[in-house]
Amino acid sequence: MSRAVYIVDGARTPFLKVRGGPGPFTPVDLAVQCGRPLLLRQPFAPEAIDQVILGCVNVIADEANPARVAALRLGCGAQTSAFTVQINCGSGMQAMDTAYRYIADGGGDLILAGGTEALSHAPLVLRQDAVEWLAAMQGSKDGPLGKLKAAARFRPDFLKPIVGLERGLTDPITDLGMGQTAELLAHLFGISREQADAYAVESHQRLARAQAEGWLEGELVPAFARDGTVHDHDDGVRPDSAPDKLAKLRPVFEPPYGKVTAGNSSQITDGACWTILASEDAVARYGLTPRAKILDSQWSALNPAIMGLGPVLAATELLKRGGLVLDDIDLWELNEAFAAQVLACLAAWEDDDFCREVLGLDGAAGRIARERINVDGGAISLGHPVGASGARIALHLVQAMERHGGELGIATECIGGGQGGAMLIERIANVGAAA
Amino acid sequence: MTMQDPVWTYLEDRNLTLGPRPVPSEGMRHWTLTRDAQGVAWAVLDKQGSGANTLAQEVLEEFAQILDRIDQRAPKALVIRSGKREGFLAGADIGEFRGVTDEAAIRKRIEQAHAVVDRLAALTIPTIAVMHGYAMGGGLEIALACTQRIAVEGTRFGFPEVQIGLHPGLGGTARFTHICDPIAAMSLMLTGKTIHDRQAKAMGLIDALVPERHVQAAVDAAVAGSLPQARQGVLDKAKDSAPARRIAARQMRTEAEQQAPSAHYPAPYALIDLWEEHGGDLDAMKRAEIASFAKLMLTDTAQNLIRVFFLRQTLKDLAGKTDAIRHVHVIGAGAMGGDIAAWCAWKGLRTSLSDVKPEPIGGAQARAAKLYEKIAHGDRLQVRDALDRLIPDPDGLGIAQADLVIEAAPEKADLKRTLYAEAEPRMKQGAILATNTSSIPLPELREGLARPERLVGIHFFNPVSRLDLVEVIAHDRLAPEVEAAARTFVGRIGKLPAPARSAPGFIVNRILTPYLAEALILMDEGLAPETIDRVATGFGMPMGPLELADQVGLDVALDVAAMLKRELGWALPDAPQWLADKVAAGDRGRKTGKGIYVWRDGKPVKSNSPDPDPELADRLILPMVNTAVAVLRENVSDDPDVIDAAMIFGTGFAPFRGGPIHYAQQRGIDDVLAALSALEHEHGARFAPDAGWEALR
Repeated sequence: MSRAVYIVDGARTPFLKVRGGPGPFTPVDLAVQCGRPLLLRQPFAPEAIDQVILGCVNVIADEANPARVAALRLGCGAQTSAFTVQINCGSGMQAMDTAYRYIADGGGDLILAGGTEALSHAPLVLRQDAVEWLAAMQGSKDGPLGKLKAAARFRPDFLKPIVGLERGLTDPITDLGMGQTAELLAHLFGISREQADAYAVESHQRLARAQAEGWLEGELVPAFARDGTVHDHDDGVRPDSAPDKLAKLRPVFEPPYGKVTAGNSSQITDGACWTILASEDAVARYGLTPRAKILDSQWSALNPAIMGLGPVLAATELLKRGGLVLDDIDLWELNEAFAAQVLACLAAWEDDDFCREVLGLDGAAGRIARERINVDGGAISLGHPVGASGARIALHLVQAMERHGGELGIATECIGGGQGGAMLIERIANVGAAA
Repeated sequence: MTMQDPVWTYLEDRNLTLGPRPVPSEGMRHWTLTRDAQGVAWAVLDKQGSGANTLAQEVLEEFAQILDRIDQRAPKALVIRSGKREGFLAGADIGEFRGVTDEAAIRKRIEQAHAVVDRLAALTIPTIAVMHGYAMGGGLEIALACTQRIAVEGTRFGFPEVQIGLHPGLGGTARFTHICDPIAAMSLMLTGKTIHDRQAKAMGLIDALVPERHVQAAVDAAVAGSLPQARQGVLDKAKDSAPARRIAARQMRTEAEQQAPSAHYPAPYALIDLWEEHGGDLDAMKRAEIASFAKLMLTDTAQNLIRVFFLRQTLKDLAGKTDAIRHVHVIGAGAMGGDIAAWCAWKGLRTSLSDVKPEPIGGAQARAAKLYEKIAHGDRLQVRDALDRLIPDPDGLGIAQADLVIEAAPEKADLKRTLYAEAEPRMKQGAILATNTSSIPLPELREGLARPERLVGIHFFNPVSRLDLVEVIAHDRLAPEVEAAARTFVGRIGKLPAPARSAPGFIVNRILTPYLAEALILMDEGLAPETIDRVATGFGMPMGPLELADQVGLDVALDVAAMLKRELGWALPDAPQWLADKVAAGDRGRKTGKGIYVWRDGKPVKSNSPDPDPELADRLILPMVNTAVAVLRENVSDDPDVIDAAMIFGTGFAPFRGGPIHYAQQRGIDDVLAALSALEHEHGARFAPDAGWEALR
């Protein structure tokens, strides 16, 4: 049994740049901020939702299984099951993909799926030797003297915490930071610092334009902090970004010769995104308006050191299975983890030998024009709350296709640890573009 | 977090530990008495025909029978518990105190009740009170006569007697000060406040605090004698010595005078006297308590406060029970709209809040967060859940989902009608549209509505979280079921509905305005605002008219006064120019930090002023009383009790006076009329007695 699955709606919070210290929202707070207005505009009650699936990488201690906590706080009711998925930068898309498969198989009709991440709340972690010292002290059975002896083994550097986020952005197998994997791709596909910076500038300009033109309307819902502050836009955008400014930045991951800088990498931000996926039955029952249909999805994997090429593998697989070629896809969202990494993906598809030897194509897959990819900016300008990004690019693809027209779109992202995810969607005509 | 879940719904009853399955006992309607396998007797109270357990005469008489059976059968221990899920015992049946006049008869009844409780206290077996939900007044006094007290988490405790002009009267003043720190015990009884479970444990009022699932284990421990008894420490005993009592009593009197002046409220002082004289001597204090309690019961203060207790009940009953409102949408996030939304969310309703701009919504949410943190007593989950239910909704999406849409926009009829024209077509079938207008007639607002029969007035008072009254305003085309649903909604959010007809100022503002106006006239006559306000507080108002005008907002007060003058052709002089200038300059009272007074940290800064002439009270109060009679005559409300209740719960009108109309009746209609005529003669037509007085004679 395989049933049609529709994206009927979706929304996200503004993506809020981490500015030192925990931001105003925890991961579940963000999911609630985004979910409340989304559910408020539905013709069904929150209790009508069959299941809630949420991607989240950095779960905080107070919010084990954030999907369930969010579902209950959103009023979905005690009887709605909820679980959290985690595949690093693909988590939000993994949530949608799981929902898609449940509905296709008849395991649900109406699923709330998305992702959330509050990187500003990523925990500080104690050093391993400090943890061992604490355990030894607490576990000492030799009375007060034993405890005192154990305590005496304290060293001041035990207090130096490790930023959990930094470890999370390092591949455990190769011990390469994510930025380093982008350096490697830049080297392998001959991406220059200038090209990467130029790409980053354009990302900012595109987002600034989308904000000014109101192209994010409906997708973006404001978030209200407890102190009353209204967060109503992606605040990492720098409309005045320019190549000469970016050129001054030092390479952060591999100085002095590296090409990847804070300016041409995705920003560290907090944010959440939900989508509502529905079966034909649910569409009919509640009188919903489908915006897009999910046609297929794909997860691929490769050497963690070149994780940035994940989208090339996953998206090509989707195309092959659908009997499609690169040019058949009207619009792309390829998550901007790093400018060099996006450009390396594009270069790979234009690389005759690579496409033949690795992707099993007859030759170069082709060229994706800049006008058809990341048309309203991406993670470089609006940030990359890792658990949320996968859902955001899928939702924004729908939103952008309604403006641009066209029939088919692919949202795809690279995933730390050496993976790639991709989702193929079809715009449901009669919505958007005509208006 | 409230969640409908069939599994818990099914299992919930199993959670309660009530001893062996109760079987009806012969000769008893309200109590059941069973004996468990260990030989422990369980006396469970489930008062018939009443939602809450009260210590009615019949309940106490049956309890005496229980004690007879305990004497005959000598169980190992006695457990006293409530069979009602909501709580333990709510105290005396106040209805039995109403309208009593015979001091000797009261004394006799109280002595009988004391005898029953003394028998409980004299039992030689362990006696264990198990309390949940609430334990108030007489109920708590029964518990205090037991050897041990176990409370289920979440239980609240209190002695609310002072609120009806009394003090505890079932041995509680003696036992409580004997068991706990006497100062802490006195303070609880003097304020009438409720305390939560941890506070009760800390002060030794209870010996154990357990979740429901450990009640049996705690009872077993108490029966076995292994549950430690909370008792007075050395320091507490020292506080109960005569010299210490003398010093403490003096301080208590000074503090009580701030809250409840002895001139109007005798009960706290009677309680302090009792303890100062007899503290430390359990039997003497119990005996003296009976006489003191009987005496207080006959005072006008107690009888009028008992009247207020029942006025509250009257309004509560007007609320009805069938509740269909689950989602409320509030249009307008200003001071009133924002606070109304915050209150609805606090009371468990999904509430969306819209405004033309998101910033005021953010401001309303920040105020809500502050309020919740204050009233949740550190329960951060309650705060989180209430904030989750309060949904900022800049696009007004909630209008389409709400069962009730409350408009709280600025007082401009055009603006309100424009908002209705946008909202009404988007509202759900069967949803209700309500306006929080304080001054615009509803017939004017319903123009252009497709369903005028579904527009109702739901008028809140500022500050929303503290004033219990909400006027429910009808008009001649309103559907009766919509009016009823509005009253039910008001009850659902823990407020008191006062039904009124749409007439200028409705009940409260109409009656209040001549009082505020007279205060301004007195100011123009050269009196200091502090002096004028002291006239009113001397009468028993919680705050004076000028402080109140600042609190309400001078701009709002001026608008309402101008509207009433216009609509009713009142013989009021125009508001003084200096006041209009003040408002124009942005000095609008508390909200702007400056009005008639300068406000600091939410309080007016007052300087010393000459004492007022007590004669002035009539000039301030009688315009209110006179207008209350007009409101009754014009049928804005046809029930004098509703009018009295509205003034007490909406403005704090001296509660021990029982409301403006009741005050006039108690003082004597002729006397009031004479005073009004004299004032009319001296100050003009605004004091002319209303035509409605005749009907009250």
